[in-house]
Amino acid sequence: MADQAQLLPGTLDLLILRAVSLGPLHGYGILLRIGQISGNALLIEQGALYPGLFRLVRQGLLKASWGTSENNRRAKFYELTAAGRKRLRVETDNWNRLATAIGAALGAQPEEV
Amino acid sequence: MRLLDSLRFCIVALFHRSQMNAEMEEELRSHIQHRADDLELSGFSRVEAERRARIEFGGSLRVKQDCQEAAGGTLLESLLQDLRFALRMLRKSRGFTIVAVVTLALGIAANAVVFGVMDALILRPLKVPQADSLYGTEYGVDTGFQSYPNYLDLRDRNGSFEGLAAFTFAFVGLDTGENPSRAAGYATSGNYFDVLRIQPYLGRFFHSADEHGPNSAPYLVLSYAYWHSRFQDDRGVLNRVVRLNKHPFTIIGVAPPEFRGTVLFISPDFFMPIVNQEQVNGENLLDARGNTHGVFETFGHLKPGVTSAQGVADLKAVGAFLEKTYPKEFAQKSYSLARAGLTSFGRAVRAFMTGLMLLAGLILLAACANLGSLFAARAADRSREVALRLALGASRTRILRQLLTEAVLISLVGGTVGLLGSIVLLRRMSMWQPFPGAPIHVPLNPDARIYGVALALALVSGFLFGIVPVRQVLRTDPYQIVKAGSAGRVGRRLTIRELLLAVQIAICAVLVTSSMVAVRGLARSLHGNYGFETRNAMLTFTNLAMAGYSGDGVAAMQKRMIDAIETIPGVERVGLVNNYPPLIYAAGSRVNIFKEETRDRRPSNIASTPYGFDVSPEYFDAAGTSLLAGRTFSWHDDKNAPAVGLVNREFAGKLLRSIHDAIGRYFALQDGTRVQIVGVVEDGKYLSLTEDQQPAIFLPALQLPSSQSSCLVVRSHRDPQQLAGAIRSKLRELDAGLPADISTWNTMLDVVLFPARVATVSLGVMGVMGAMLSITGIFGMAAYSVSKRLKELGIRMALGAQRKEVLQAALGRPFKLLAFGSAAGLLLGILASRVLAFIVYSATPRDPLVLTGVVLAMSLLGLLATWIPAQRALSIDPWILLREE
Repeated sequence: MADQAQLLPGTLDLLILRAVSLGPLHGYGILLRIGQISGNALLIEQGALYPGLFRLVRQGLLKASWGTSENNRRAKFYELTAAGRKRLRVETDNWNRLATAIGAALGAQPEEV
Repeated sequence: MRLLDSLRFCIVALFHRSQMNAEMEEELRSHIQHRADDLELSGFSRVEAERRARIEFGGSLRVKQDCQEAAGGTLLESLLQDLRFALRMLRKSRGFTIVAVVTLALGIAANAVVFGVMDALILRPLKVPQADSLYGTEYGVDTGFQSYPNYLDLRDRNGSFEGLAAFTFAFVGLDTGENPSRAAGYATSGNYFDVLRIQPYLGRFFHSADEHGPNSAPYLVLSYAYWHSRFQDDRGVLNRVVRLNKHPFTIIGVAPPEFRGTVLFISPDFFMPIVNQEQVNGENLLDARGNTHGVFETFGHLKPGVTSAQGVADLKAVGAFLEKTYPKEFAQKSYSLARAGLTSFGRAVRAFMTGLMLLAGLILLAACANLGSLFAARAADRSREVALRLALGASRTRILRQLLTEAVLISLVGGTVGLLGSIVLLRRMSMWQPFPGAPIHVPLNPDARIYGVALALALVSGFLFGIVPVRQVLRTDPYQIVKAGSAGRVGRRLTIRELLLAVQIAICAVLVTSSMVAVRGLARSLHGNYGFETRNAMLTFTNLAMAGYSGDGVAAMQKRMIDAIETIPGVERVGLVNNYPPLIYAAGSRVNIFKEETRDRRPSNIASTPYGFDVSPEYFDAAGTSLLAGRTFSWHDDKNAPAVGLVNREFAGKLLRSIHDAIGRYFALQDGTRVQIVGVVEDGKYLSLTEDQQPAIFLPALQLPSSQSSCLVVRSHRDPQQLAGAIRSKLRELDAGLPADISTWNTMLDVVLFPARVATVSLGVMGVMGAMLSITGIFGMAAYSVSKRLKELGIRMALGAQRKEVLQAALGRPFKLLAFGSAAGLLLGILASRVLAFIVYSATPRDPLVLTGVVLAMSLLGLLATWIPAQRALSIDPWILLREE
């Protein structure tokens, strides 16, 4: 179980957490929000989103409740839990450190070595 | 927290699967609708928009599966997967499964049965309110027995008990006006039911207030079972008058169904006030302080806050007072308190059950060792499969879990089978009445506790043998094994498997040894010398009180009975003994004997307390007790003649130095009577088969106050059934209203032999189980060793090895283990058998027959178990084998 969680890309989870951190959203809304905040650079396959959502709910990072969407349709809304907020902070830090390190590594010039 | 969460999801997944599915579907549908809304806005028709949205989304089935897995289905699913796989594997190797399940079922059944009996006898208190504070008093070596006056003093002078009740047994003829028949009940103190704090099922109980001196309370309370069987649940039974030994008693109530008396395995038919005991016994047992058998047991609730140690101290203080006040009749003995229900039998029962539990535990241990080695062998066989799975990326935990699932599955199935078997057995045992006519049975009720214990044991042992192959799996190097094939190495090292087998064989040898010791002990006690001849002897028990005889009428009637039975053709001799002959029930009460010259006959001056029997002149001939010196009694030794007595060899030797010195000497009884010894008879057993040789005296019944309860010993070579019929009709001619119990002395001895028999049967069963376990163990080992080394053996044969060498190579090791394990087990068994000597008469392990028996049995078991593998090894055709590989 834990093995499988590790096998899945962590970035999707991070993006979902980030998208939801801006306000409760339903699944389709999360897709739109990710597209919006990433400047449509990141496109997520629609089917791949839901296993991620279920996983995050199980880990207690998100909580879900049924409500009515802006289109006046019944939809399941997701929002961050306290644990989710904390995880988002940690993961963001990790990502930034990693990105900086990789950026530095890739940007290194021959004379700097 | 996460564990809890995933557990919660598992449960949700398990129970709300359909609800979750519906929600998931709705969520996905909602997603597609939202997408379609957007597409519609960009100009598509609604139908087209929905079509496109569905296509964009992709296969929703896969998404749903992924979601389910993500939502916590995985643990459960993989568990199910493990289970399915385990089932498949077990089905594939049917032989292994059957052996494993049977082995475990044996172990579990043995433990569940023993635990069930222990639970009923020891762990479970009486079914009365607050049974935990209910204590019975034990008193000296004779355990609960008291005299009635002593009981009254104990009751009134102690400050520790809230109330002290007493009871004794009453065996009566109960006449409802139709058919008089024997019934067994308790004669109890008036406060009996109040002390127990129970309420009647019907009518009322009697109370202390009903007692107004001797024979003042002719009331009868029926037990529920007796009310049911004798009175067919007739509620109109209240206020009916029935006759107990011809005296009218009024039925006033029925006890509740769950209350079956205050001795666990003697359930009474009725309860009557002890103050009326003279009416049913014909003699007053309540007034004499020196009569220690007036009361069987006293018991009561300790007051809140009083410890049992304080209670004992209190009783001792009362005892000290009694000794000071009544020096002639009371000698202080040690007091102690024990949980009511088993008081007098507690120690023996507890010792026996502990021993039995220990043996049952050994059985389970042996079964576990057996299963452990089976599992280890299996894991070794599957090392290639395990290696392949490891190589393909399975985690070791997953593989271990798989193996454990198999072990647990087997343990559950084995446990269930064992439990079912034990329930059947326990049910039958609780129906069983070991002695017809005696109200003795063991109240066994298999319940949740027993199921729980059995299943817990099964699971624990499942884990125990399941983890045996763990090390093997953890150390598996997939590349080595896949490369090398399944042949494996032929190690010289002792593996866990072999060690387990040796341990198991040792345990089984212990069991076989103890069962042989027990069987041999029983065989000896069946053919031992009891000091009388049990064959061709018929016992006829009558209690003349039941037919209303008393005073001088008793002796006259007894003489008439003897004369009448002597006229039956084929009857050789008829002797009479008051109460019971040796070895039957509570035979032989102790008699206080003083030296002839002792004037002050207080308890501390007692010279000896032999067993005493009051007998008629022909008793010795009828019983087959041989006279060593002097003479026996004659009909002239009556009240007008000087008092005479016979003693046994032990008495003569211990007190009077030699048999011949004894003749003509005198001793004194408690009441001062000088008795002259006129003869010496052989030694015998008197109360139990396991007793050390005891002194005994025989006094002429004619010189003593007559006893209404007596036994006629009838010696005859006639067929027992015919003879019993003839005796019965003779007695009916004399008095049609006199109930008589007739059976052979040997049958009656069953009662005495009962503990030994139970011990022997239980040990025998354990021994057989042990033998079966060692057969499966050795067989498994030998078969495995042969199949592992088929190729090697084939090569050996191809190179010209002889049959003997092949056998040695194939079976040498199992045989060595067998020899080693048996030797260790035999030694342990001999040590353990010392414990048996307490129960089984003349059980001694230092018996050449037992020793050779065990050695023979174990080698026979070894031969039996290795026969098939040996045949297989010998039938190897090297050419076929080598070609195949």
